[in-house]
Amino acid sequence: MQPFTTVTSVAAPLIRANVDTDAIIPSRHIKTVGRTGLAVGLFAGWRYSDPREEVPNPDFVLNQARYANARILLGGDNFGCGSSREHAVWALIEYGFRAVIAPSFAPIFFGNSIRNGLLPVVLPASCISEMAGRDPVTVDLTQCQVSAPGVGPFPFDLEPLAREMLLEGLDSVGVALKNRAAIGAFIERDAVARPWIYLS
Amino acid sequence: MSAPRVGSTLPDLMADSASRLSLFEKIWRQHCIAQDSDESSAVVAIDRVFLHERTGSVALKSLAARGTPVLDPKRVFCTMDHIVDTLPGRGDETMMPGGKQFIVETRAAARAAGIRLFDIQDPEQGIVHVVSAELGIALPGATVVCPDSHTCTQGALGALAWGIGSTDAEEALATGALRMRKPKSMRVWFDGHPAVGVTAKDLSLALIARHGSAGGNGCVVEYSGAAIDAMDIESRLTLCNLTTEFSAVTGLIAPDEKTLAHLAGRRFAPSGEQWPAAVQSWHGLRSDPGAAFDLELRVDAAAIAPMVTWGTNPAHAVAVTGRVPSLEQSGTSREAYERALSYMDLQPGVALSSLKIDAAFIGSCTNSRLSDLRRAASVLKGRHVAPGVRAICVPGSTNVKKLAEQEGLDEVFRQAGFEWREAGCSMCFYAGGESFGYRQRVVSSTNRNFESRQGPETRTHLASPETVAASAVRGYISDPRELQG
Repeated sequence: MQPFTTVTSVAAPLIRANVDTDAIIPSRHIKTVGRTGLAVGLFAGWRYSDPREEVPNPDFVLNQARYANARILLGGDNFGCGSSREHAVWALIEYGFRAVIAPSFAPIFFGNSIRNGLLPVVLPASCISEMAGRDPVTVDLTQCQVSAPGVGPFPFDLEPLAREMLLEGLDSVGVALKNRAAIGAFIERDAVARPWIYLS
Repeated sequence: MSAPRVGSTLPDLMADSASRLSLFEKIWRQHCIAQDSDESSAVVAIDRVFLHERTGSVALKSLAARGTPVLDPKRVFCTMDHIVDTLPGRGDETMMPGGKQFIVETRAAARAAGIRLFDIQDPEQGIVHVVSAELGIALPGATVVCPDSHTCTQGALGALAWGIGSTDAEEALATGALRMRKPKSMRVWFDGHPAVGVTAKDLSLALIARHGSAGGNGCVVEYSGAAIDAMDIESRLTLCNLTTEFSAVTGLIAPDEKTLAHLAGRRFAPSGEQWPAAVQSWHGLRSDPGAAFDLELRVDAAAIAPMVTWGTNPAHAVAVTGRVPSLEQSGTSREAYERALSYMDLQPGVALSSLKIDAAFIGSCTNSRLSDLRRAASVLKGRHVAPGVRAICVPGSTNVKKLAEQEGLDEVFRQAGFEWREAGCSMCFYAGGESFGYRQRVVSSTNRNFESRQGPETRTHLASPETVAASAVRGYISDPRELQG
């Protein structure tokens, strides 16, 4: 996983509430058992005028020339709601995004982002509106703040565990495997207290 | 990051009983193996992992590629529900492009990992969240995860159950635990009793409409109150199922006598000497009087009518007798409101009952259980769907299908003009195969009315199974109470 320290980029504004994971990556674009080949389906319902032909919709923000290389996405409330599909995060990353800034995130999407090196930044809607169009935006995870020319810096919170995962680019499963001894000890005790949990 | 205080947080349940803990807090503490010094995140023991061929396949494949085994395959279950066809005579071939690969790879990976799989021809196959409750896989006080957002359904049985991503599923499979941040807590009281014809689906849509689709963001939501006490288990499953549409981590209902009656004798529920011991341990699984929550809401269940959605988010719901709201009434931003109306091809002030439908769908992890089918059948009996309406019923599990057929419900559906399908998720979502078609207007017992969720630009109106049945008969969105008794 690519470590995240600081990213400076134009920020594509997609400031709508409840951008769901079906919109981020429609199910019809999840064609294989894997984590790749998803960028073409990112926001397919909005990005293409005709999803079958994949003709770009010129009105959609990502099809506008100034946002062609956007690495930061500005979103609205409850970003990433709906399905748990991690493909939504994989599609955003494969397309080139490194951070999404929104007033709130759906919990599963938030967790999936952390585990894949996509930084979810929670900031008030007013800060996000102020930044829209004032590129480039800088997201600095070392300082936990976001700024744009003449705007900010706006501090944001991230719990220590998530921050370290992102800063170091850690593989979450690899890190978790280090807890095996403690988990094993728990299971040994718990199997006595709640034997019905441990099926034979 | 500070070092986890391994082993230092073992619960002292006797001490807890005097200290006003919420149900969530009790389950959390019992499963907390280690936590950060600021308690923001913890390593939480996971009792059950459920997988399906859509997202579980990726997790199993990645884990195998690491060369890491599943820690305890006996506590992991897998089903075929998302991709598998629901047409009679189905096999591995599906209408979804590339679908067969998900089925074949899931089967191979589940076998290699030694996981119990409810395969396509298995009499216990079905939608993960239907099967889990049916077989006693989710238990009171247990932690249950699945890479599927509707895992929250199992909170109806007093389990702490939540949806995760595929990477988290890998972690849970490999370690038997998950590192996660601690959710906030919320309590929603449903006071009073809902009127005849008003269901758990309607209660949930009313809650989400009032408080918004981010109203429960990041919370474990415990449902309490007279309406919950009186509610049967299948309705509780529906209510908890929709908690993810409230942006919550999960929903939770304290186990009671109904829960015990539901679980007794189920295949994976405790049996023999373990049953009384388990029941004994579940007695304390309720929020203590005066337990603190981050947020509490009260809803008058008696004031709720059958609900139906008008827009592209579950919060866009009004009484079936109502009208498409104005911008001011809608509680949404102008942009979201105009976008939703345009997508749904609606005007402000239009009566929902004036909307002609193209299709009706009864199914999904929300509303496909035996009681759902019975209630819909009671509306359909002796009636027929309106001309031009395509109507489909997909039982939630092969077991539900069998029980429904034993009661003759399949005949009621068929004679009313419904297709009667094999169990699965079916057209709750569109994956490039079967769909309701371009811009078709569908009234559906499912959980998401998102843009293009059920087909290309398909216009979905969410409602209870009886509202779907009544609408299918009339050909317009209809109040089920007009066709009931």
